[in-house]
Amino acid sequence: MAILLQQLINGLAIGAVYALIALGYTMVYGVLKFINFAHGDVYMVGAVIGYALAVPLVHAGAPVGVTLLIIFLGAMLGCATLGFFIELLCYRPLRKRPRLVALITAIGVSLLLENLFQNPAVFGANPRTMPHLFDIKPVISFHVGSSPDPVTINNLDLITLSLCLVLMTGLTWFVLKTRTGLALRAVSFRFDTASLMGINTDWVISVTFMLGSALAAVAGVVDAMRYHVEPLMGLSQGIKAFVAAVLGGIGSIPGAVLGGLIMGLVETLLKGYLPSAYSGYSDAAAFFVLILILLIRPTGLLGKPIAEKV
Amino acid sequence: MLAKAIRFVCYSTLLLVASLAISGCKKPPVQSNEILIGEYGSLTGSTAVFGQGTHKGIMLAVDEVNAAGGLLGKPVRVITEDDEGNQDEAVSVVKKLIDLDGVIGVLGEVASTRSLAGGGVCEDEHVPMISPSSTNPDVTKDRKYVFRVCFTDDFQGSVGAQFAVKQGWKKVAVLSSANSDYSKKLSYFFTQTFSQSGQIAAAETYNDGDTDFAPQLTGIRAAAPDAVYLPGYYTEIDLILKQARDLGITCPFFGGDGWDGVTLDKTSEGCYFTNHYSPEDPRPSVQTFIKSYEAKYNGEVPDAFGITGYDAANVMFDAIKRANSTDREAITAAIASTTNFPGAGGSITIDANHNAKKPICILEITGGKTHLADTIQPQ
Amino acid sequence: MAEQTLTPTMLHPGRIPIWVANVAILILIAILWPLSNAFDKYLDPYFLDLLIHIGIAIILAVSLNLINGITGQFSLGHAGFMAVGAYTGGVLLKHYSPQGAQLLVVFPALMILGGVVAGAAGVIVGVPTLRLRGDYLAIATLGFGQIITVILNQIDSVGSFEFGGSAGLHNIPIVTNFFWTYLAVVICVVTIARLVYSQKGRPFFAVREDEIAAAAMGVDTTFYKVAAFVIGAFFAGMAGVLSATVSGNLDPAGFNFVKSIEIVMMVVIGGSGSITGSIFAAAILTLLPEYLRGLESWRLVIYALLLIVMMLLRPEGVLGNRELWRTRRKLLVPGR
Repeated sequence: MAILLQQLINGLAIGAVYALIALGYTMVYGVLKFINFAHGDVYMVGAVIGYALAVPLVHAGAPVGVTLLIIFLGAMLGCATLGFFIELLCYRPLRKRPRLVALITAIGVSLLLENLFQNPAVFGANPRTMPHLFDIKPVISFHVGSSPDPVTINNLDLITLSLCLVLMTGLTWFVLKTRTGLALRAVSFRFDTASLMGINTDWVISVTFMLGSALAAVAGVVDAMRYHVEPLMGLSQGIKAFVAAVLGGIGSIPGAVLGGLIMGLVETLLKGYLPSAYSGYSDAAAFFVLILILLIRPTGLLGKPIAEKV
Repeated sequence: MLAKAIRFVCYSTLLLVASLAISGCKKPPVQSNEILIGEYGSLTGSTAVFGQGTHKGIMLAVDEVNAAGGLLGKPVRVITEDDEGNQDEAVSVVKKLIDLDGVIGVLGEVASTRSLAGGGVCEDEHVPMISPSSTNPDVTKDRKYVFRVCFTDDFQGSVGAQFAVKQGWKKVAVLSSANSDYSKKLSYFFTQTFSQSGQIAAAETYNDGDTDFAPQLTGIRAAAPDAVYLPGYYTEIDLILKQARDLGITCPFFGGDGWDGVTLDKTSEGCYFTNHYSPEDPRPSVQTFIKSYEAKYNGEVPDAFGITGYDAANVMFDAIKRANSTDREAITAAIASTTNFPGAGGSITIDANHNAKKPICILEITGGKTHLADTIQPQ
Repeated sequence: MAEQTLTPTMLHPGRIPIWVANVAILILIAILWPLSNAFDKYLDPYFLDLLIHIGIAIILAVSLNLINGITGQFSLGHAGFMAVGAYTGGVLLKHYSPQGAQLLVVFPALMILGGVVAGAAGVIVGVPTLRLRGDYLAIATLGFGQIITVILNQIDSVGSFEFGGSAGLHNIPIVTNFFWTYLAVVICVVTIARLVYSQKGRPFFAVREDEIAAAAMGVDTTFYKVAAFVIGAFFAGMAGVLSATVSGNLDPAGFNFVKSIEIVMMVVIGGSGSITGSIFAAAILTLLPEYLRGLESWRLVIYALLLIVMMLLRPEGVLGNRELWRTRRKLLVPGR
């Protein structure tokens, strides 16, 4: 029982990260009806920026709180800019073209980012660990049943979960309560009509990309602290987050969150409880889930068949 | 206009391919005035430490042999190719080394999987290959042209088990990689020996490339083992140790030569691993090597990959000297008959299975450094 | 540009009578055997290897073009079909190890078998994805490709047949040579070209242009979509068998998403819908790494940039919809 609870907590923490990345996919799809393949690599760039900022800061002995603030904000800013320029240069010119052209371009951007960062001149293919910021200590710890080991939630997990909560609340507030959020909803409802109503669709799309990229950056920094930084980290995380977005209903913000949490739980439980002989299949779990959803309920759990999304 | 451009592109491609065919005509083997040896390794990628360490050792050997006048009166040149840690790339670079560059011998690789891949090419093209530190027994099995200058995993696994017994660990958990042949084989040999006198408390697996190990570690924590056998590569070991300590698992972890390169810090404190060498080894051959290495590389202490690369290169050079020719068959025969060659890591004799019987060092990580805990001689 | 309506003569490559074309093809095949022997003797093995890799790439590109370019089904999992064929051929060849003269019969049989098994995989992928459109189809095929790779990573052996799992399969007998490769190339190109540029093949284009209209006109879109997948997968499987036996080594990681993308690049750059475009793009993209040897670490960056620039400037590819023998007129009409 205690083990199950611990696995569930692990799963939620991982799921929160997937949710953050999935939000980017879902928002872009909602506005443009387009799968941004390069999103996973924006997440990776966020991690790299976080690493690049952390190294000199830790070296200079800056206090932990300040360092954390700077690396998160820096990564968010950096990725928002990156997202803005990717959209401007690579996707905007192709808006009138068949969607598959944009998809291939997105794949191209993804490959570009991955291989650019693998080049030793930029980052190199070797994984690097973040400089030590704080000790990972259990913050909440309680005993369940007769097990000798307590179920623990450590400070990194708490930071992840609370960041996720804060950001998602902020995003929902933004989408529901601000004018730009209203414009965003309008554009994802009906693109052409929205522009007829006087909405600057180009600007709305840029904002969407910037928001999504900033969220991915946060996920990137969190994973950098939890694991390590390497140029291909966006590949597997990106695909899982994408599946999460589809699972929850692509275009739906609460769907992305739900999908992310479910994916995190499924992955953790599979890894923990599959007999050793089959543990390798957990890699395929995400794809399996994806195909299952696409075949059974392509609109996802919270998605509705037509326009009403955000 | 466009039509013309398209035709131009198409016909010029045809011309390109045709000219390639013509220029690629077989030339008679050029009498090079250098001795060309090929090296392939993972200079980049998640196991970059393997390739780079081996490369440095090889280069030291090259410097020394050239300073002594080269081989057969000619200077030695090693052509190095990066396989990026990828099997298919390994095959392709070994082919390039043999067919395009015309090397007479190949040095590589560290990872057994890539040695198997590259070894297949060498076997097919009848070119001798010496692996410095691939430990999977299959690398040399049934192969005429592939050799190694290190011990094999059946020995390493059983040594690990004997060490565990000596430490008094009764319950050991095993955490191995399901998609690494090295890890699977090593854990198999360990389990075989250890289960005779102890209990395997839990057996979990992960995949190379994974970053999150909480599920497996939670299961291990629940089994409350005395120690955990972790026969993997340093990249994952770093992550696993960090996450294990975060989860509150305090028992020692231990593993094999893939640990070399692991970050020596708080998380690896009190851990052990079996390896090909230790800088504290008092034998004069080792100390001499360390001094020359430090002299060449600005005081950097060599790792196991450096010393095995050095020895592999020297065995190759020695074989060329004894064969007294650049004929690949003669060199292969000479390597096979290597007896009591004074390698830096110990005396090297190539046995009938093309393997070398070398002692294993058991290293302990304390105070941010590795210390030699024990040395086990081969049977 | 004046709009052209389709006429049968436009579809038939050139205005050569069919029997002349057949004889020409037979002569071509007959030349391959002595040509192959000559190459073995006189050509540097490295360049011979290169030519063989070009041949394999051509088969992959042309077969993917049938699915992506001609039928308009965006498949990102082509490497999965190649893997199925490669493992079928590699595992069986390693297990039975036929020698000498036996190979002359066994190897073509293996190529066909590899193709058939891959074709079966094509059915498994094609049928469930019938309802999916555009990007969803792309992701689903990507998923299938990855699942195949993961499964191959897990299988160490089936009964007494060794698969190798994630460590890869080694010591596969090396059988592929110029003859087998280019025999397969000729068969693949001729079959697909004949199929597509005939009365029987027009429904493929119809499905691409407007699926609903095609269905309304009585085209069995289900059949043609699945057929495209099956035929494309069949040839990909053949290419897989060839690639397994060219280096004697099989690694599941070599059939992942990146490989699929490389094949997609060949189709896209050559021209989706153009068979000759795919052939030339396959040749160029296989040769490019050789010329970029000095810039090894930048190679994939250059590829990615090439892809992006191509999509921005000329998304229909170099040849677009045209074939080499029909460069002046676009083959199909409105909107392109």
